[in-house]
Amino acid sequence: MSKSYGPCDTPGARGLALCEPTLFERSTPGRVGYSLPRVDVNEPPPLPAELLRDEPAAWPELSEVEVVRHFTRLSQYNYGVDSGLYPLGSCTMKYNPKINEDVCRLAGFADVHPAVAHQGLLRLIYELEQFLAEIAGMDAVTCQPAAGAHGELTGMLIIRAYHASRNDPRSKVIIPDTAHGTNPASAAICNYQVVPLKSNEQGLIDPDALAAVMDESVAAIMITNPNTLGLFEENVDRAAHIVHERGGLVYYDGANLNAIMGYTRPGDFGADVLHFNLHKTFSTPHGGGGPGAGPVGVKKHLEPFLPRPVIRKKGRQYALDFDRPQSIGRMRSWCGNVGVLIRAYAYIREMGAAGLKRSSELAVLNANYLRVMLQDLYKVAQDRPCMHEVVFTEKGLPNDVPMLDVAKRLMDYGFHPPTIYFPLVVKGAMMIEPTESFEPESLDAFITAMRDIYREAQENPALLHHAPYNTVVRRLDEVRAARNPKLTADME
Amino acid sequence: MKIPADLRYTKDHEWAKIDGGTATFGITDYAQDALGDIVFLELPTVGASFKAGDALGVVESVKAVSDIFAPLSGEVTAVNEELTKAPETINTDAYAAWMVKIKIADPNEAKALMDAAAYKKLVAEVAK
Amino acid sequence: MRYLPHTDGDIVRMLTAIGISSIDELFTTIPEPLRMQGDLNLPEPMDEAYLRRHMSDLADQAPAGSCFAGGGAYRHYIPAAIDHIVRRNEFYTAYTPYQPEISQGTLQAIFEFQTMITRLLALDVANASMYDGASATAEAVLMAMRTTKLKRVLLSAALHPQYQETIATYAKWAGAEFVTVPVNAEGRTDFAALKKALNNQTAAVVVQSPNYLGVIEDTRVLGRFLARHKAKFVHVFTEPLAFGKLVPPGACGADIACGEGQSLGIPLSFGGPGLGILATRLVDVRQMPGRLVGETVDAEGKRAFCLTLSTREQHIRREKATSNICTNHGLMALSAAVYMALMGREGLFQLAKLNRAKTEYMKSKLAEVAELPLTGPTFNEFVWKPRQPAEEVLQALAKAKFIGGVALNGAAPGLENAILTCVTELCSRKEIDRYVEVVRAL
Repeated sequence: MSKSYGPCDTPGARGLALCEPTLFERSTPGRVGYSLPRVDVNEPPPLPAELLRDEPAAWPELSEVEVVRHFTRLSQYNYGVDSGLYPLGSCTMKYNPKINEDVCRLAGFADVHPAVAHQGLLRLIYELEQFLAEIAGMDAVTCQPAAGAHGELTGMLIIRAYHASRNDPRSKVIIPDTAHGTNPASAAICNYQVVPLKSNEQGLIDPDALAAVMDESVAAIMITNPNTLGLFEENVDRAAHIVHERGGLVYYDGANLNAIMGYTRPGDFGADVLHFNLHKTFSTPHGGGGPGAGPVGVKKHLEPFLPRPVIRKKGRQYALDFDRPQSIGRMRSWCGNVGVLIRAYAYIREMGAAGLKRSSELAVLNANYLRVMLQDLYKVAQDRPCMHEVVFTEKGLPNDVPMLDVAKRLMDYGFHPPTIYFPLVVKGAMMIEPTESFEPESLDAFITAMRDIYREAQENPALLHHAPYNTVVRRLDEVRAARNPKLTADME
Repeated sequence: MKIPADLRYTKDHEWAKIDGGTATFGITDYAQDALGDIVFLELPTVGASFKAGDALGVVESVKAVSDIFAPLSGEVTAVNEELTKAPETINTDAYAAWMVKIKIADPNEAKALMDAAAYKKLVAEVAK
Repeated sequence: MRYLPHTDGDIVRMLTAIGISSIDELFTTIPEPLRMQGDLNLPEPMDEAYLRRHMSDLADQAPAGSCFAGGGAYRHYIPAAIDHIVRRNEFYTAYTPYQPEISQGTLQAIFEFQTMITRLLALDVANASMYDGASATAEAVLMAMRTTKLKRVLLSAALHPQYQETIATYAKWAGAEFVTVPVNAEGRTDFAALKKALNNQTAAVVVQSPNYLGVIEDTRVLGRFLARHKAKFVHVFTEPLAFGKLVPPGACGADIACGEGQSLGIPLSFGGPGLGILATRLVDVRQMPGRLVGETVDAEGKRAFCLTLSTREQHIRREKATSNICTNHGLMALSAAVYMALMGREGLFQLAKLNRAKTEYMKSKLAEVAELPLTGPTFNEFVWKPRQPAEEVLQALAKAKFIGGVALNGAAPGLENAILTCVTELCSRKEIDRYVEVVRAL
C-alpha cells in the first residue's frame, strides 16, 4: 500500500534531516502501540447512553516502533543546549547536568502520589527554600510557583495583599522600560496600572525620574537587576530607598540572578519580594518551553502572605501548614513542580557556594569576552563592561542589514541565534547570553561566524536576507500562519 | 510615504476625512508600514460612542499590535466589515482602507487635528 | 568543576583579550557597599556518587504501597517509550521555539499535541499547555470574564477544592463575584440550584466532570440549558482518560474545556510538573491564553510549523496580554503527545473501559463492608464511608501497604467521614480483594 505524505514525501531529502509526515498521515487502522493490563473483572452494566461519547476520539493508530521513529526524527530537527552554543539572551541556556535527570526519576520521587506524607521530599523542598533564601538574602521562600511569570504573579499578589492588610490600597506599579513583558502582564492581573519608567542615557534607572513618579498611590517598583541590557543597576539601593520612603515595596525580577551569585544579594539592599527562575540560574532543563519553576522569596514582613500551604519543620518532622489566615491562597495544585525542584536541589548540592560563585564569574567573563571580540564590527548598546549578557544594535550594520538576517544566517554556521529585538529600548537589538557552560573554543567559533556574517553583509546582503539555507526548513511564511490560522491537522 | 493633503491626522497615526457632520477614519501609510503585514483588524459596532483618544479598535501584524484611537468624539454610523475580512488591503492602500465613520459630536475638536504639513513633520521626526 | 569548562589558562587568555587582569574587575560595576561580605552559607559540595546516594536516601523515605489515591493526580501505567523520547537532549535542552527553522521538532510535536487534545475534547483549538489543571481553570475563568465582560462566576461545589482556591487567588483583583452551587444526593451539581443562581450577569458556569467526588455530571443536559445563556460553560476535568468513554466537553456544548493532563503519560512526581490543558472554540481564539503552533509553508513552499497568533501574548501585548504566561509545560505536552500516539483511538477506549470495570468491581465489594453514599454514576473514583474514623482506616490500609485514598473531611455535606478512592488499570483484582479484606477486618 502506498501513502502520500503530502508536500514533504521524500525521506532522506537532506542528509540525515529526514522528512517526517505527521502522526495522522502515518496512521493505519488496526496498528497498536499499547499493551494494557489484562481484564480480570467482569464487564459492569453499561452507563446511560446520554453520558457516553458518540464516536471514539480520533487519535492516530501506530505501532510503538513507528511512534518511536517518528519522534526520534522530530528530535533531529531541533537544536538544544547539548547541540551547541545557545546564547539566547535573558534565557540562561546553561548545561543541564545528566545526574539530575537520573535522580529526579527515582521511583521514590517520580511515582509518589501528592496526597501522601513524603518526609524525604518535604525535607528536600524545605532545604531548597533555605538555600534559595541564603543565595538571594531573603527571609522565607515558597517553591509553589510553576514558572518565572507565575512567581512574578505570586509576588505581585503578595504586594497587593500586604497593602490591603494595611488599609492602604494602592493602584499603580512602576516598571522600567527595559523590563520583561511578563512584568506588566503580571501587574495587570493584580489590577495595577502600569507606570513606565524611562531609563537614562546609560540604560539605568534614573533616581530623579523615579522620585518624580513615586507617590503614595504606587504599590511597588518592579526591578530586573542586572537589567535586560546586561547592566548592573548601580543606583538600585537609592531606588529602593525612594520607593520605601513613600510606603512602596520593591519587587525584584530574579531572571538574571546567574550574574551575581556570591557577589551581591538583592535582599541586602532593598528587595522585599523576589522570584527565582530555577530553569535559568539553577540549571533545570528548559524542556522546549518548560516546565520550569519560579520560587518566590520574601522578607519577614511579607511572610504571612505567602501562598498556602507552607512547609514547616517540627523537631525532625516536616509537615504542610495550611493554617495561614493572611495567605494570598493557592497559586496552583499541590506543592509545586517537584520534579524541577529536585534537579535544582541536586545542582546546588553539587556546586556548593564556591561553585555557584564561579559559575557567575565565568558567565560574566564569557559575555565580556564576546563583547570585546565583536564590538569593533557590531555596535554595543552601552559601551561599558556588561554582566552576564551583552546587547548589540543593528545601527550601522553594512547595507542596513536588519538584525533578523544576521540571526537567521547564524543558523547556517551551526549556532542557535541570540535573542533579537529585545529589549525594546534598543533599535534592532541582539542580546547575547553565552552562560558559563561554553568553553572559549565555542565562543571563538561563534565570534568567527559573526565576523564572517558581517563581511557577507558588506558583500552580499541578499545572501543574508534569504538565510538560513542549511536547516530542515527555510524561512517561514509567518504572515500566512497568522492570517489563516491552521492550528490542528485535518481529519484523515 | 504618502500623506494626502485633504486629510487630517493624529499623533497616533490615524487619518480622518471630514465631510460635513461625518468623519471617516483609518490608519496612515506610515502606520501600516511600521506595523508590517497586517493580519487582523477588530472594529467597533455601529451605534457605539467614543471620545477623542479612546481606543476604538485593534490592528495586528505578526509581531506587533496597536490600538486604533478615535481622532474625534462621536457615534459610529458605519463600519467597514469588508476590511476586517481582508485586513491586508490596509498595507496596499492605507487611505482607501477606511475603518469607521462617525457622526461628529463636537466640530471644534477637528481644529486640534494636524494638517498634512504638520503630520509630515511629525513623521520625519519619529523616523530619526 | 566538571560543569565549568574553563582552565586557568583559558581564563588568563580571555582576561588578556578583554584587557584586564582579574575576574573581579568585571564586577566593579557593582558598587562596593552592595557587595556581599564573605561567602554564601551553603553545604559543602558533593561528588556525583555521594549525591546519587544522598538522593536515593531521600527517595527511599517514600511511603510504600499500592496506590488507590486519586483526587486530581492519577497512577496510570506509563509506557517505557515515552521517557526514551522525552530524554532526547534535542527536546529537553531546547527552549521555546522562537526560531522555527531549528525547532521544527518541538513545533510539529506540539501541533500534533494540539490536534489530539482537540479530538479528545471535541473542541476546535487547544493551546500548547498551561502549568496545571488548577491554574488552567483559573485562566479559563479570567478568559470567560474577558469575553463576556461580566463578573459573576458560578462554581460547582464538586469542583476540585484546590482549583476553587486557585481561581479565587487569580480572579480576586479582576472583581469576580463567586457563587457556589451545592451538590445533591447523587453527588452531582444541583441543577435546580444552578438554574436559580444563573442570571444575565453571569460570565461563567464552572463544572467538573467526572467531578471531585468521582461522579459523572449530566453535562449534555447542562450544556443544552446553558446554550440559551450568555454565560460561558467552562467544563473542567482532572481525569482526561474518562473521555475515552464519556461524552467530551465540546459535544455537550462547553465553550472552554480545561484541566489536568497528568494522566496522559506523566509521572505523579508528588504533584508536579503536570500538564495544564485549555481548549476552546475558534471564535474565542484571540481571547485565549498561552502559546499556539500553526501550520504554514517555508520559502520553498514546504510544509512547516511556527508559533502564531502571538500578539495575544505578554512579550508583545504586555499589560493587555491575555495572560502573563511565558514558560509553559512544553515537555509534558510532548510526553502527552507520545502517550496519545501510542494509545491510539482503540487503546484509549479499552483503557477507559478497564478503569471503569475495575472501579465497579471494587465498589461492589466495598459495599459489603461500608456505605457508598452517592448514587450518581462514576468512572474510576468513588466516595465511601467507613464504619470507623477515616484516618484510622487509611492508617490500617497503609500498614497493609496500601495508599488507600484521600480523606474528604467534609468536601460536601454528609461527607464528614468519607474516603475518595481511585481504581486504575494498575490495581489488580487480587489487590482490590485484599484492600477490602483489610477494611472488613477492622
